[in-house]
Amino acid sequence: MITSSKRTPLTFLVHATVLFLVIIWTIPTAGLFISSIRDKNQLSTSGWWTALATSEQRLVARAHEPKKQVQEGDRFVIRGNLFEGAPGVITQFGSSSLRPDEFEVGTVAELKKGETLQVMENGDYAFSSPVEWKGSRGDRIFYTAEIPPRFTLENYREVLNAEGLGKSFINSLTVTIPATIIPILVAAFAAYALAWMRFPGRALLVAAVVGLLVVPLQMSLIPLLKTYNLIGEFFGVGSKTYVGIWLAHTGFGLPLAIYLLRNYIVGLPREIIESARVDGASDFDIFRKIVLPLSFPALASFAIFQFLWVWNDLLIAMVFLGNDAEHMVLTGQLRELLGSRGGNWEILTASAFITIIIPLCVFFGLQRYLVRGLLAGSVK
Amino acid sequence: MGQLASALVTMILGVMGCAAYFYGSNFLLDKLFPTKSGAAAVVARNLRVANNIRPWLFLGPAVLLLTFYLFYPVIDSIRLSFYGRSGEEFVGLANYKWLFGSDEFYESFRNNMLWLIVVPTAATFFGLIIATMTDRIWWGNIAKSLIFMPMAISFVGASVIWKFIYDFRTGGEDQIGLLNALVVFFGGEPQTWLTIPIWNNFFLMVILIWIQTGFAMVILSAALRGIPDETIEAAVLDGANGFQIFYKIMVPQIWGTIAVVWTTITILVLKVFDIVLAMTNAQWGTQVLANQMFSWMFNGGGDFGRGAVIALVIMVLVIPIMVWNIRRANAEMEGR
Repeated sequence: MITSSKRTPLTFLVHATVLFLVIIWTIPTAGLFISSIRDKNQLSTSGWWTALATSEQRLVARAHEPKKQVQEGDRFVIRGNLFEGAPGVITQFGSSSLRPDEFEVGTVAELKKGETLQVMENGDYAFSSPVEWKGSRGDRIFYTAEIPPRFTLENYREVLNAEGLGKSFINSLTVTIPATIIPILVAAFAAYALAWMRFPGRALLVAAVVGLLVVPLQMSLIPLLKTYNLIGEFFGVGSKTYVGIWLAHTGFGLPLAIYLLRNYIVGLPREIIESARVDGASDFDIFRKIVLPLSFPALASFAIFQFLWVWNDLLIAMVFLGNDAEHMVLTGQLRELLGSRGGNWEILTASAFITIIIPLCVFFGLQRYLVRGLLAGSVK
Repeated sequence: MGQLASALVTMILGVMGCAAYFYGSNFLLDKLFPTKSGAAAVVARNLRVANNIRPWLFLGPAVLLLTFYLFYPVIDSIRLSFYGRSGEEFVGLANYKWLFGSDEFYESFRNNMLWLIVVPTAATFFGLIIATMTDRIWWGNIAKSLIFMPMAISFVGASVIWKFIYDFRTGGEDQIGLLNALVVFFGGEPQTWLTIPIWNNFFLMVILIWIQTGFAMVILSAALRGIPDETIEAAVLDGANGFQIFYKIMVPQIWGTIAVVWTTITILVLKVFDIVLAMTNAQWGTQVLANQMFSWMFNGGGDFGRGAVIALVIMVLVIPIMVWNIRRANAEMEGR
């Protein structure tokens, strides 16, 4: 665009600045993703930026129970491996939680009553005692180990099954798909009428649509909640239904939909529509056979908008679909987890990534239409 | 699987029902007032009648939905603001008195004002800077795409992402939150960022700025491309440097777009409640109007009157933008 750009000494600075900003903007999401596939012990003790480095962790494990002991000479010995096959290097160990780093690895630690404990670098340990070990549980061993990076899909498996995210995922789809298609249908017809049909009150309706574009949702919530309760009571079905939330999303999405589509449809070439009219086509035929196919780009733009908006919505889902596990959508579930599992980052990061993966796919796949829609409808 | 199947059936039924209305009603209209055959006078009359009715068949669902979901509720909210908890008994101005006498309201109002000043300004500023710079480099589109990406992320998802960044570990443990890790790296003391009064608001705002900068960038980038090359070439010939071209030639030509971006984000800011709810649950002085309204709506059985009053405050703040929009749209229509 600017022919002088190559000549300015600023070019390097521009590259550097943009790179810097891009890094700032992507790092939060990258951190989330990397964390979600890390082993949960590593995740909770070291930053995700160290994911590829060996991490030093303080861990605790239980030795084998006494019945696995063997007699070696005059001593009773319990042997095993702390890592149980996984890689890692132990640096220090101890037998009490107060002093987990009491002994250097390899040394034979003297414990009470003549018992000894030896832990090797590779995790092999040996408890030894002059008398027979008793009890049903093994003693605890505290150790500091250098664990190589470990990546796993375990976190995803856990949230999808145990935390009910799989169900929420389907709930979200059930809410989102009709709540995207219905407003498109309703708005396309209305937009055509506002663009190409003549009737009294048209200008007023257009102004009303523009005005309603910015009405805060909050204004609608309380009266609608009351009405929904009444309707639910009347039909005896409860106030939280999928139909209810589809229509709510439709109502709230309509102003933008009508505005976007009308702006597009009004710009279609007049000749096409006039000549179809002369040929005796009714408005319904014109709409169906000419306007609808021609408006595909605008329809796609709005569809993406509405999809992202509905999928990402928390407020309307909380008010009109409720918070019970049966109906919870992904955003609601994620918020719930944020409250109840505030410190379990392996659960939170994996859950968050599941909630954002679909919008991200839609975003990168259909970005062109999204941008076009934004440019056309930036009044909202 | 059962759930998936029933979800699919409800989806198809819902969408089909909607399509059936449009087909059915138009079919009926064509049957009742046939225009394809018959005596000329009858056809002409039928055509006129059908043409009078059809716009309302097309508009019917939209008008009904807009009335039911937006227009009527706005009116009813105004009415409810004069009524008590359950919306039954008239209480006059009691809700308004309560509102203007409550500390929480002033807290959320102050925070909302901070949000209103900081977020649109910062997002527009970054958007403009990035739009200008990415237009000059060969990998600009990739950069734009990445900066635009947070737009696709829900506020709750973004809250998790940022809460992870603000995470705090006590004692000598390694910080796993990026911000505290950086602070420690540069020799500072780690902080519980979300509990520091006043400043925690800014840490929440960062999230929305992060999300909205991409939006501003896309719109402003298109506007910048629309600037006629001649104006810039003339400036270059006159010896203007990069900054002068930016501030004196480019920015003035896209003021209109900047205003649109700014107001759009402003409206969004007024409605934001998810971020506050998810990040701090309005503790530590981070309450905002939209979230306060939400809690009055539900907490302790809900107080519809007080909720409605707070909603009304948000509405009043939006009205100037609404008026400006309508006037702009009208001017545009007359220009066509």
